[in-house]
Amino acid sequence: MSIPFADLVTIIPELLVVGIACLILVLDPITPTHKKDFLAWMSLGVLGVCALVTMSGFGGSAMAFSGLVLVDAYAAFWKLLLYLVSGLTILLSMSYLKEEKIDLAEYYAFVLLALAGMMVMVSGADLLTIYLGIELMSITLYIMAGFKRFEARSIEASAKYFVLGAFSSGILLYGISLLFGVTGSTRLTEIAAAVNGSALDDPLMLLALMLIIVGFGFKVAAVPFHMWTPDVYEGAPTSVTAFMAVASKAASFAAFLRVLLEAFGGVKPHWNVLILGVCLVTVALGNLVAIVQTNVKRMLAYSSIAHAGYALVGVVVAGWVGTAADISSRGVSSLMLYLAIYSFMTLGAFAMVAMLRKGGLEGEEIEDFTGLAKRHKGGAFLMMVFMVSLAGIPPTAGFIGKFYLFMAAVNAGLAWLAIFGLIFAAISAFYYLRIVMVMYMREPSPEQEKHTRLVLSPQVSVVLAFALVGVVFLGIFPGPLVSIADLSVIPISSLK
Amino acid sequence: MTEVVATGGTPWLTLVLILPLLGVLATLLAHESMSRQIALGTSLVTFVASLPLWFVFDNGTAGMQFVEKHLWIDSPAIHYALGVDGISMPLVLLTTFLTPLCILVSWTAIETRMKEFLISLLVMETATIGVFVALDFVLFYIFWETMLIPMYLLIGVWGGPNRIYAAIKFFLYTLAGSILLLVAILVLYFEGGRTFDILALTHASYAPSLQALLFWAFFAAFAVKVPMFPFHTWLPDAHVQAPTAGSVILASVLLKLGTYGFLRFSLPMLPDASVAYTPIIMILSVIAIIYGAYMALAQSDIKKLIAYSSVSHMGFVTLGIFALNAQGIEGAVLQMINHGITTGALFMCVGIIYERTHSREISENGGLANAMPKYATFLVIFALSSVGLPGMNSFVGEFLVLIGVFAWDKLTATVAALGIILAAVYILYLVQRIVYGPASPKMLPRLTDLNSREFGMLVPLVVLVFWIGLYPKPLLDVMHASVKRVVATQSASVIVQQNGMAKDPALVMSNVLPSAASLPLDIEAAP
Repeated sequence: MSIPFADLVTIIPELLVVGIACLILVLDPITPTHKKDFLAWMSLGVLGVCALVTMSGFGGSAMAFSGLVLVDAYAAFWKLLLYLVSGLTILLSMSYLKEEKIDLAEYYAFVLLALAGMMVMVSGADLLTIYLGIELMSITLYIMAGFKRFEARSIEASAKYFVLGAFSSGILLYGISLLFGVTGSTRLTEIAAAVNGSALDDPLMLLALMLIIVGFGFKVAAVPFHMWTPDVYEGAPTSVTAFMAVASKAASFAAFLRVLLEAFGGVKPHWNVLILGVCLVTVALGNLVAIVQTNVKRMLAYSSIAHAGYALVGVVVAGWVGTAADISSRGVSSLMLYLAIYSFMTLGAFAMVAMLRKGGLEGEEIEDFTGLAKRHKGGAFLMMVFMVSLAGIPPTAGFIGKFYLFMAAVNAGLAWLAIFGLIFAAISAFYYLRIVMVMYMREPSPEQEKHTRLVLSPQVSVVLAFALVGVVFLGIFPGPLVSIADLSVIPISSLK
Repeated sequence: MTEVVATGGTPWLTLVLILPLLGVLATLLAHESMSRQIALGTSLVTFVASLPLWFVFDNGTAGMQFVEKHLWIDSPAIHYALGVDGISMPLVLLTTFLTPLCILVSWTAIETRMKEFLISLLVMETATIGVFVALDFVLFYIFWETMLIPMYLLIGVWGGPNRIYAAIKFFLYTLAGSILLLVAILVLYFEGGRTFDILALTHASYAPSLQALLFWAFFAAFAVKVPMFPFHTWLPDAHVQAPTAGSVILASVLLKLGTYGFLRFSLPMLPDASVAYTPIIMILSVIAIIYGAYMALAQSDIKKLIAYSSVSHMGFVTLGIFALNAQGIEGAVLQMINHGITTGALFMCVGIIYERTHSREISENGGLANAMPKYATFLVIFALSSVGLPGMNSFVGEFLVLIGVFAWDKLTATVAALGIILAAVYILYLVQRIVYGPASPKMLPRLTDLNSREFGMLVPLVVLVFWIGLYPKPLLDVMHASVKRVVATQSASVIVQQNGMAKDPALVMSNVLPSAASLPLDIEAAP
């Protein structure tokens, strides 16, 4: 069996990323230690090339491998976001890994492999393709979570992530197999046809749908499938945490939304209420539990859960029955916009945590930020901008994200959902502002003054600059990104 | 009636918005020792740049003037739309006028992180002006929320001992109030013809049931900012803990945003609901007047006393607004300006004395008349202005408000008038104790009289107090057309109420205020 050349052309970015990942693994042992940075730059280079390739094909839509892979504008949007996020993660890691003394080159290979998995996820048109992507991403992330292999916490995070991740993958796969039994296919389009034609209340089908939602619920860290998140986010190296919180969440949402809308778009009543329930408890629990955290990484973990809840508002709108097609697609595009904005502010916040050093450790306690404004004005200001944006207060991008999400909700007749979300956004301001408070309004103890410092290498500065520009620029000029998101929604004609 | 009066040429409003931000940049780059001069310079330039608004303003029209409109975000269409009318223009000037004074009052009072302080103040200035001039609802909301951050920092970084609590309370209270406002804006967008244009939304009509919901959504945001009873509890904390400049901005400008919101949005957009819920607002306002005054009476901290007096005074403003007639609303707008001047001045006076004695306790600050005669003179002037002595600014405003309310309901006006008497009690009691009481021997050596900077910043305020008190016509002329339009949007039910009262307020004024007898105070009753 030969693979048609045209199919390979559609997946050039995936091939490049995997190829370079393998090349790094080969080059690693033969590269002298002081030149290992070269491998990181190489992985950045391939991301740049991939971005160019994806951009050049933006707007087109190509099906490959007899309907297993679909490269459309929707996939391209997510891929571009993932390249950017992975690139910033690599830049952040270059400094962070050195500080932590775990700068091994295979780390960059893992980043690329996880990225390849995510790329497969976002352009999968078949449940099995998506599943393969999820597994490639997850297995790589299990390893990365345990990358501080001499630290018990990191190993524990890895093990915990592995057990729960494998469990959720099993659930997802079980759902896929049931669905295959009912519909006779794993192609999203064929499932859609079967679902639309069959009796809507087939218990097997409902079970399959539920299992799939649960499986994805784990991956996007929605309540009640979020239990792994705080521990894994806290234990994993911070650069990995940032990568997980941003990239893996974005990719999982992308695949989740595609499966729901393309395969189950015809049976919205069967899942939209379930998603709505998950959305409500996720927003509420994420924000409430974040209040009592004293560890910044844990707090950001709960905050990322809460943000997953907000993103689910977009899914709810997209799946709301009785809304016109343009309103549903507004739900999709607002979710895309939200996650893109979320990526900038969360990456920025994690970069600050990673680079605030306390002796040889990272300053991950909220207390470690005490009085930062006195010692490092710029750093404190950046952290304040990220926190304000996470809280959704204008003129930052966080506000724009929430604005579009809740506007879509109001448009779909869900004004009460907007009120609910905004109430919890106001509550979230309490814990985000606590960091601003300790930075600006508390005096550091002499000990803190002596031991904590902010390491701003050129690479980290680039990451922070990107995050800041993203948060501020998108807050003031969101127009271009909004248009791109609008152009990239799942073709609405396939929605019922 | 034309909706928009094009004023081609210089984009004055953008200039006024941008200048403080340029000042932020300059302050940021400047050396620490020069930062005050630079910030003061920019704020003065901003004030000068805002003067054309006053001099070029066309009193004859109720339309928006100095309008600028550019598409900002295309989907949904959000515009960078600015403009002022007779209600917002004086408030813009109040802001640009007070900001230099706030910098002057902080000249030596702020001892740490001067640069950041000045930057926060200037950002605050842009955000507050932005709220007054925005003609796009989203733009309005962005400015409305943006100001929370600098204010949070002003209170939390440079405030008193309990500043962190006060800062977070202020922040969460006002943020929570704004939640429903944002949802209301979104609902209006879909109900009012898919636009965020404030003027277009004003012209759309909404079903009474929707109006009721929107009214309370607006109310939540605006009542917290005013603050109306029972949402006022953040105010005493914020005022007491904030540095002097913070208190001045808070009292003089921030509180006006709430009442401005009522005037710009609640009344014109939701006329039926405004009429329907007037009694509730009136009752809350009267409670605020009396309760605020009583609370002020019981305070031993000067700043807290003035903070509660703010609650009482702002009660007059909401009272006047919801009288829904020309006198009441003009009185309310005037009273917004007056409160900004008088209470701002009083907070400055407190700041001056606090800088010397490091105490705000009434009992520890006595006998200032002997030790600081110039200071005492100013304090007494502002205190009397706050009481509403004829010939001074507050008298005119409160009087107009009471006329307006009297037309609405005699009993309400009578009870509200009690607030003025109570104001006299608590203010005069305060003056008696700190100006004329015995000086504490411990404090006496520290009581040096005003220096030229302090003298210089209080003089313009005194001038305004008497100018508005004796010759309010120019200011009222500016408002007439715009206020008339707000009143005209009110539905027939109000006009029925007003039929009982066709008395020309100019006539009424001339009976009470002899010096005004010759003034053609042509405030007209609503048609």
